[in-house]
Amino acid sequence: MRAAPGEDRLRMDGNAAAGMLREVFAVEMTTASCTCATCSRVSALGALHLYGGSMGCVLRCPSCEAMVLSVTSVPGGRFIELRGVVRVG
Amino acid sequence: MSIPWLTAEVVEIAAETPRVRTIRLAVPGWRGHLPGQHVDVRLTAEDGYQAQRSYSIASPPGEPAIALTVERLDDGEVSPFLTGELRVGDEIELRGPLGGYFTWTVERGGPLALVAGGSGVVPLMAMVRHRAAQASRIPAHLLCSWRTAEDVIFRDELARLAARGDALEVTHTLTRTAPADWRGHTRRIDRELLVEVLPGPGARPTAYVCGPTPMVESVADLLVSLGHMPERILTERFGPTGGRS
Repeated sequence: MRAAPGEDRLRMDGNAAAGMLREVFAVEMTTASCTCATCSRVSALGALHLYGGSMGCVLRCPSCEAMVLSVTSVPGGRFIELRGVVRVG
Repeated sequence: MSIPWLTAEVVEIAAETPRVRTIRLAVPGWRGHLPGQHVDVRLTAEDGYQAQRSYSIASPPGEPAIALTVERLDDGEVSPFLTGELRVGDEIELRGPLGGYFTWTVERGGPLALVAGGSGVVPLMAMVRHRAAQASRIPAHLLCSWRTAEDVIFRDELARLAARGDALEVTHTLTRTAPADWRGHTRRIDRELLVEVLPGPGARPTAYVCGPTPMVESVADLLVSLGHMPERILTERFGPTGGRS
């Protein structure tokens, strides 16, 4: 579940995915807090570690680097996986 | 799609450095922004291919046009067009403002510890300009790291703002080469420079750190090791190249 070796230098912040998150959730999400399902760390979505780009991305916990959520582009839209988060609000 | 793409018209282009342009855009339907927010810019080629990148807004809220200050990345898909081919009167697509996390307004108070690597200064410039427009005297320290003196963005404006005597301090450091008459620092941002320039943890500053990923992570780690509270350190990493991805 951890970032692969060499991925560190590609890391950005969840804040940079604001546009993509807005497409999926329809509201501003980077200031919302989420609780990591792996280590229970509470972070703003904007403070998660972001890997990927405009075609899709993975957001990882800044504490344990477990995948919190991912966004994938498909023809006609995007879908989101939230298996790494227990609470968003 | 919940946030619409808007058509923006280029009303002014200004050269900041050989590699950096400030593009002023009139955006019908723009709903205003907070200092630190960004926009997504989308370019569409004649064959339908689209490229999209995020750019921080350099202007403070309340101006009739928004300003994007863009550094040209030679291997980029979008920045060479924005800095080299775009002309006044052209139209581009953008959406925003985006990203409420890395923002500051005078209502949030201070003191402020702002640390920029290269064009990472852009969202921090929106904060500094907003602070000045609001006649705020909230203590703010801006520490900027550049490769060479030629790369310094907003040099004259920052000097003017720092000379107002309203508790803004600006410090530059050059990491590669410095001209003979350079009187500033000449090294990468290190622990000693952070201690010398920024308010200490006892002042409970909020830190905003923006730049290339390795620089941002180095500075954030140093701030934590100096005793600054992690929840008061906000970061905006540009990725490995120093340009927005």
